[in-house]
Amino acid sequence: MTSLATRLPAMFRLSSLGTLLLYVASFAVALTLATTLVTLSGHSMSDTVLALYQGSLEGGASIGLTIDQAAPLLMVAIGAIICARAGIFNIGQEGQVLIGGMTGAAVGLFLPGPGWLVLLLTLVGAALGGALWAGVPAALFYWRKVDVVISTLLMVFVATQLAFFAVNRDYLLQESGTGGTVLSSQSDLIPEAVQLPRLGEYPDLNVSLYVFIVLGFTLAVTLLLRYSRWGFRLRMLGHNPIAARRNGVRAGALGGGALLLSGGFAGLAGGMMLTGSVFRFQPGLADNVGWEGLLVALVARNHPLLAIPVAVFFGALRAGGGFLASTGVPRYLVSIVTALLVLAAVFPAAYAEIRRRRRPATAVAGG
Amino acid sequence: MENIELMLASAIRLAIPMAFAALGEWIAERAGTLNISVEAMMLGGAFSAVMGASVTGSAEVGLLCGIAAGLLIAFIHACFSHRLTVNTYVVGLTLNVLVLGLTSFLLVRTVPIQTEKLTIPVLADLPVIGPALFDQRWPAYLLILLIPLGYWLVHRSRWGLEARASGESPQSADVTGIDVNKRRRQALMICGVLAGLGGAHLAIAEVGTFNQNMTAGRGYLVIAAVIFGGWTLRGTLAGVLVFGAADAMRLALPALGYELNPQLLIATPYLLALLAMTFFAKTHRGPGALGAPFVRGIT
Repeated sequence: MTSLATRLPAMFRLSSLGTLLLYVASFAVALTLATTLVTLSGHSMSDTVLALYQGSLEGGASIGLTIDQAAPLLMVAIGAIICARAGIFNIGQEGQVLIGGMTGAAVGLFLPGPGWLVLLLTLVGAALGGALWAGVPAALFYWRKVDVVISTLLMVFVATQLAFFAVNRDYLLQESGTGGTVLSSQSDLIPEAVQLPRLGEYPDLNVSLYVFIVLGFTLAVTLLLRYSRWGFRLRMLGHNPIAARRNGVRAGALGGGALLLSGGFAGLAGGMMLTGSVFRFQPGLADNVGWEGLLVALVARNHPLLAIPVAVFFGALRAGGGFLASTGVPRYLVSIVTALLVLAAVFPAAYAEIRRRRRPATAVAGG
Repeated sequence: MENIELMLASAIRLAIPMAFAALGEWIAERAGTLNISVEAMMLGGAFSAVMGASVTGSAEVGLLCGIAAGLLIAFIHACFSHRLTVNTYVVGLTLNVLVLGLTSFLLVRTVPIQTEKLTIPVLADLPVIGPALFDQRWPAYLLILLIPLGYWLVHRSRWGLEARASGESPQSADVTGIDVNKRRRQALMICGVLAGLGGAHLAIAEVGTFNQNMTAGRGYLVIAAVIFGGWTLRGTLAGVLVFGAADAMRLALPALGYELNPQLLIATPYLLALLAMTFFAKTHRGPGALGAPFVRGIT
């Protein structure tokens, strides 16, 4: 796990012409594969691309949708990046997003008070919920040396069942129906005052305010990671835990804190989705945002600023996927394309790294 | 009594597909790959088994197609994580997304085909354990062969020693001349074959058709079983049985008039795996280099 964090900057540095060509080639292969798949299943590729374009980039409404989809992805990715920089690999964001949405919904539904305050507390509650869900693996790791990757992964499935449990109990989060109606497995709508007002309701621009919050966090994390003492210690811990300990870095507090922070960001993403677009808690609230946010961080090679365009791209795919139905292409195409692009994105750097290592002289010269 | 018999039979039936995959996952993990894509292997195996069977009309060809699909996924995973040394979790997660998308995208209606049941004459009439152990679809009996073979391969053969060394301490293994990444690739491909077979068994032997996302997280259960078993084969198989029993209880208890929280039963395997890791952390140690990519030289 440490070697992941240590190798990534090295991979990023390789930007020679050959690597660039390799990137172009592997993306071409990925897109060719996707095209072949679409064509073989009897659909038209041009219609598919058109639908994806219409759903994600044509006109203000679609662009707004793309941005709304990208915001939680970026939020999750920022958390994943903090964690990865500390050499800890948290892959449980899907569960942390879900629990964040759940605790947020609990606060938003049951806490009385002025709307703006409850909204704020809802978001805080969501972040705390996500942090708590990441806190269990963190505690297990620093108490009993339980591997973080495994425990965060297992916690995802526990989170799903917890969510189902909560929305099927009328004393917890299940919606309160008027007598006789069948209750579905979801919570009530959160009060309108707790829903985040959108930034204008113009037909050409319909964006949730969260974009700015997310961008603010991204910028802050970028600067903190690069310039602050905390960021320096975090990177030191990721690069070489032993050296970090010799230099007085407390691995438990710093690494565990990074894991909590990562969970907090994921939970906040859940809270954002709750108050910004879904407005009620459902067990399907996370909707792969956790997994895809993690992939955003990986494709962006754990650079917060690079994660912005990657998140927008993934968000565009998600937004465009909603439009695919009109062409008869199953929307699953989006996840296929996403996965192929991730593989295409990790291939060239890894390949270049292998090539570099096979030439001892340059390996020494290059550090 | 009859309820226990039914429940046991159901538990075993639910555990069998996972047992194939768990055997493979155990081998892969002993060689140092925490293979998340076992879910993809099972799902891909199930899908192509049903496709192969419905095209050729033979369930046996279907099983072979399932194995081939598992092997293919394992090959891709192995190339990425033990040739290019890309982080194995990245590759595993991506493959899971890819295969779930692919199998949902290509989903078509097929003719249900199932393998034959193989009922062992006298033994199947035994009370309680008879139907559970001696009245299964025939691929299930392959386990009787595969489990000792897997144990022998890992613990008694030279290959297994090298594979375990690759999982425990890749640097030392490399120094003694073992091709660490090759052993890991091979172990992963064995896992692919077995997980593909497990998925194929689920689709062809148990259900007969393919549904969207039909493995529904069984691959993750398999990972949990290996952890629950403390990376021993015995414990892994016990874990699979316990998880199968939890699943059987979830399905059977409401019909028998018992009230037990279904969500808790679904979550039980994961909680058990977490608890096992927490409390047996000292005695049940996993392979030393589990999940870490191996790169020759000083890292």
